[in-house]
Amino acid sequence: MSAALQLDDVAIRFGGVQAVGGVSFAVEEGDFVGLIGPNGAGKTTLIKIIAGLLRPDKGRVQLSGVDVTTDGTASRVRQGLALTHQIVRPFREMTVLDNVTLGAGYRRTSSPFRALMHLDRRRESERAAEIIAQVGLAGTEKKLAGSLPLGQMKRLEVARALAVEPRVILLDEPLAGLNHAEASKQVEAIAAVHARGITVVLVEHNLEEVMRICRRLIVLNNGLVIGDGEPREVMADPIVHEAYVGGGMASHAEA
Amino acid sequence: MSAYEISIISIIGINVILAVSLNMISGFCGQISLGHGAFFGAGAYAAALTMVGSGSVLLAILAAVVTGSLLGLAVGFASLRVRTDFLAVTTIGVNFLFVGFVRKQAWLGGEMGISGIPASGFGPVGNMTMILLFAAATIALSLYISRSWMGFAFRAVGEDEGAAATLGISAGAYKLAAFGIGTALAGLAGCLYTFFTQFITADAFDFIFSVMLMAMVVIGGIGSTWGVVVAAVGLTLLPEAIRFVNDYRLLVFGGLLVLVIRLAPGGLAGVIQKAFLAVRRS
Repeated sequence: MSAALQLDDVAIRFGGVQAVGGVSFAVEEGDFVGLIGPNGAGKTTLIKIIAGLLRPDKGRVQLSGVDVTTDGTASRVRQGLALTHQIVRPFREMTVLDNVTLGAGYRRTSSPFRALMHLDRRRESERAAEIIAQVGLAGTEKKLAGSLPLGQMKRLEVARALAVEPRVILLDEPLAGLNHAEASKQVEAIAAVHARGITVVLVEHNLEEVMRICRRLIVLNNGLVIGDGEPREVMADPIVHEAYVGGGMASHAEA
Repeated sequence: MSAYEISIISIIGINVILAVSLNMISGFCGQISLGHGAFFGAGAYAAALTMVGSGSVLLAILAAVVTGSLLGLAVGFASLRVRTDFLAVTTIGVNFLFVGFVRKQAWLGGEMGISGIPASGFGPVGNMTMILLFAAATIALSLYISRSWMGFAFRAVGEDEGAAATLGISAGAYKLAAFGIGTALAGLAGCLYTFFTQFITADAFDFIFSVMLMAMVVIGGIGSTWGVVVAAVGLTLLPEAIRFVNDYRLLVFGGLLVLVIRLAPGGLAGVIQKAFLAVRRS
């Protein structure tokens, strides 16, 4: 069976900087992978390439065996990829329920013509309400998304990502900016996502949580993969350790 | 009904179609267009040429709708590449280009415009009735779109294209759809205008007219079909009812626009909604 997400020799250069220099890895169906690396390692660039926001100079991105290298974000989402943003981007003027309902109706909105032909939203709203409850946001359905506190907005991002029925979910710093209580609720929501059989790729600075919940770590440095495998073994690798110490993140590496 | 009343009602109907169709582009989908007059004009000229050439009302309507939407789709493609504020500037440019181009074309009558356009054959009352029927159909379509999944997706694209993409919504396709539908209706309005006046010049479709249409949308309440209809009717009648407004039309409309944006960004629809909520609470 083909991998849920596969990158082959993906590279991109910005002017004189090789931001990502030939990265290959495959994420198997149902896996839970943490993508980490010091600042400037190329994580954000690589996420943008996977999400379809940047086109690589060379290499290939595949979702469940389908080459999506030249597809835009919306098309990848319709092929089973979901993503959350590091900086939350809810539709602030819509209710929480509408935010998730819109995701649940991704088949209806796949083309403007099809969208024009459909009025009924009941089924999608019901599904949205279920998902909202699953991420622990029950009771907020009628609130405007823009009025939620950050912790709830971050869970709303996860709810919207779930609504598009993904096979692979890409979480970009889902814990950033959250206090301890909010972070633990968010981790529960993420664990629930994985428990549903969805493949998770998590990019996160909070190494403690990454080590706790990921089954596999991929470490980037200077645009290259320098470590890949079981989290504790990877972090014990002197090359990885050196990259983090050199990157000024010794305290995190020791955590 | 006097000839004056018939002509006022006809103009109101045409302005309603124009304002409601602009609201689909700028209100529903968030794409600021300040050149709606160009699409209106393209439809009017296409209809005039068709009427002069064939005399067929149906063909004229078809030609106007197709010409309006083709020009609209071309501008829509530009909207895929530029940020919203640059799109506003681009559409202003399109409007000036349109007027400048038409004025220099002998086959479009140049500065003198096209006169002696064959009548539709319905008479003034028949024309007015047709205009009102098309205006009603435009309002119905607008209400339907805003309730459909298309309207839902438009709102998402208007608020945040990137976030819409993460829900599988291709912002580009929706922006093109908004431009295509909105400018097709502007073309239709142009055709009805041609039937009504039987004489057109480029000046009727200039940038100032586009700004008046945008004023109707903003004052009525961006995104609200009924608010925009009320504003289109009101702002068409105002200069007729009050002499001062007619003399200082730009000053009054410009002033109203600034006041609404400053004091009630939701326009008439927003004010009424707030009042309604306040009454319900008390």
